[in-house]
Amino acid sequence: MITIYEAQETLRMISEANLDVRTITMGINLLDCADDDYGAFCRKIYEKIARKAERLSQVGDDISREYGVPVVNKRISVTPVAIAASGCRCGDYVEVARALDRAAQTTGVNFIGGFSALVHKGVTSEDRKLLDSIPQALAETERVCSSVNAASTRSGINVDAVNRVARLLKETAAMTQERDSIGCAKFVVFCNAVEDNPFMAGAFHGAGEGDCAINVGVSGPGVVKHALESVRGADFETLCETVKRTAFKITRVGQLVAQEASRRLNVPFGVIDLSLAPTPAIGDSIAEILQEMGLEQPGAPGTTAAVAILNDNVKKGGVMASSYVGGLSGAFIPVSEDHGMIEAVRAGALTLEKLEAMTCVCSVGLDMVAIPGDTSAETLSGIILDEMAIGMINNKTTGVRVIPVVGKNVGDTAEFGGLLGAAPIMEVNRFGCAPFVARGGRIPAPIHSFRN
Amino acid sequence: MTKGIVTVLGKDSVGIIAKICSYMAERNVNVLDIAQTIVSGYFNMMMIVDLSGSSEPIASMTTGLETLGRDIGVVVKLQHEDIFNAMHRI
Repeated sequence: MITIYEAQETLRMISEANLDVRTITMGINLLDCADDDYGAFCRKIYEKIARKAERLSQVGDDISREYGVPVVNKRISVTPVAIAASGCRCGDYVEVARALDRAAQTTGVNFIGGFSALVHKGVTSEDRKLLDSIPQALAETERVCSSVNAASTRSGINVDAVNRVARLLKETAAMTQERDSIGCAKFVVFCNAVEDNPFMAGAFHGAGEGDCAINVGVSGPGVVKHALESVRGADFETLCETVKRTAFKITRVGQLVAQEASRRLNVPFGVIDLSLAPTPAIGDSIAEILQEMGLEQPGAPGTTAAVAILNDNVKKGGVMASSYVGGLSGAFIPVSEDHGMIEAVRAGALTLEKLEAMTCVCSVGLDMVAIPGDTSAETLSGIILDEMAIGMINNKTTGVRVIPVVGKNVGDTAEFGGLLGAAPIMEVNRFGCAPFVARGGRIPAPIHSFRN
Repeated sequence: MTKGIVTVLGKDSVGIIAKICSYMAERNVNVLDIAQTIVSGYFNMMMIVDLSGSSEPIASMTTGLETLGRDIGVVVKLQHEDIFNAMHRI
C-alpha cells in the first residue's frame, strides 16, 4: 500500500519540481505511400498520418489527466522524406512539407519530424532534391522539422554534405530573417542519427522500424535538482546515488505513460528516451543542476565532468526502470531553452568551445545556439565538422542546431517564442577555416569502426 | 479493481473529508482507506478509492475535485494509483 509520504513525494515532484513526460512521439512509416504521382503521394501521406495519429493528442491528454502528470508534447516522426518520396516524379519536396504541416495541424501535434535525408556516405538525386527544398520548406511551414545525417562512425564524414548543409542554413536564415531566422531552429545536422528518437528537431522514423511505434521522452531536470539539494556538500558517491535513484523514479513514470499510450492507441511501444531536457521555465533547467552540484556557472572548470556524471547516472538509474531504452538518451543543453544557460552565456561563463567539450561526454550536440548572422558558410561548416568528428570518433550521436541570426550580433538576443525560447547571440571564433572545408569529399571511417 | 488515490493538502477546516466523501458517494466511488496527518494546522490527507464502479470517467472527476478543492480552500488531486506504484514499488 502506498503511504501518504510517498504520495506527497510524487505530488511534490510534479507540482514543485516540474516532473513531466516531455513528449509522446508516434513514429509512422511512409514507405507504403509510395506513388510516382506527386499529388497522390502527398495525399496518401496526409491521410495515413491523420488516420494513425487521429487519437494521439486526445490519448496524451487523457493519460495526463488520469495519472496527474503533465504530458507536455505530442509529436509525430515519419520515414525520412528523401527515402519515402523517392519514387515521385517531381522537382522538389516542398509540397511534401506542406502536407506534413497540414497533417500536424489536423492531428493537433506541435511538431512533425522527418523532412530528412541520410547522406553520411553519399547523396542521391532524391537526397539532393530534399536538401534543396529545406530552406523553403522550413520558411513556409510552422511545425515541420528537418534533419540530415551527414556522418557516422561506420562510414566517416561526408564533407560535401556538411558544406551543403552550411549553405542551406544560410539560405534558411535569410528566408526567415524577419523572425530571427527561426527556420534554422527547426533543423539539425547529425552524426550517428538514431532511428527512434522522440525529440525534435531530429526525430524521424527509421527504415529499420515497424509500421508505427510509440516513443516517449521523459524529463525532469527540476526533480534531479530538488533531490540534489538534500545532499548538498556530500561526496560524489552520494551525489551519483541520488541522481540514479531520482532517474529511476522519473523513468518509471515515463515507462507507465508509454505503455498506457501504446495500449490505448494499439501501437507497439518503441523506446523510452532517457534525456534530461530543460524548458525555459525556472526550476526546469540543466544549468541549475550543475550549479547545485557546486559550479558557480555552467562553463566553469569542472562543467564537463559534472555533465558526464549527471548523464551517466541518469542512464544507470533509467535503464533499470524501463524495458526498452533508446533514442538519444543524452543530456540536452539547448541554450535558448534553459534560462540558466542563457544567464551563463550573458555572464561570459559559457562559450561555444565549452559547449563543444560537453558534447564529448554525453551532451548530444550544439543545440539551439544562436550565432552572428554574418558567420560565413565556411565557418558553419567548420563548426559542424568539429561536432561530426566528436560523434564519429566517440561512437556517439552528436548534432548541430545553430541559428545564424540575420542582422544580429554578439550582445543581441534572438527571440523565437514559445517552446524554442530566446537565445543570446554567442561569439564565434573569428579565425578562418575556408581552405580546410573547401577540400570537400569524404573523411574516411575511423580505424575503430572496423570491428568485425 | 481500478484504484485511485485522492490527496488533499491545505489549511484545516470543518468538513473537508465530509465534502470529498459526499462527492465520491454521489459518483458511486467506494472509499477503501484514509490516512491523514495535521502538521501545524496544515491538513494532509490521502484516500484510496475504488473507481471500478464509478459513474463518471476519471479525467472529469479529476477536474471536478480540483474545483471542489478550490471552493473549500484546499488542493485536491485524484490520480490513478498506478503512477504511485510505478514510482515507489518495484
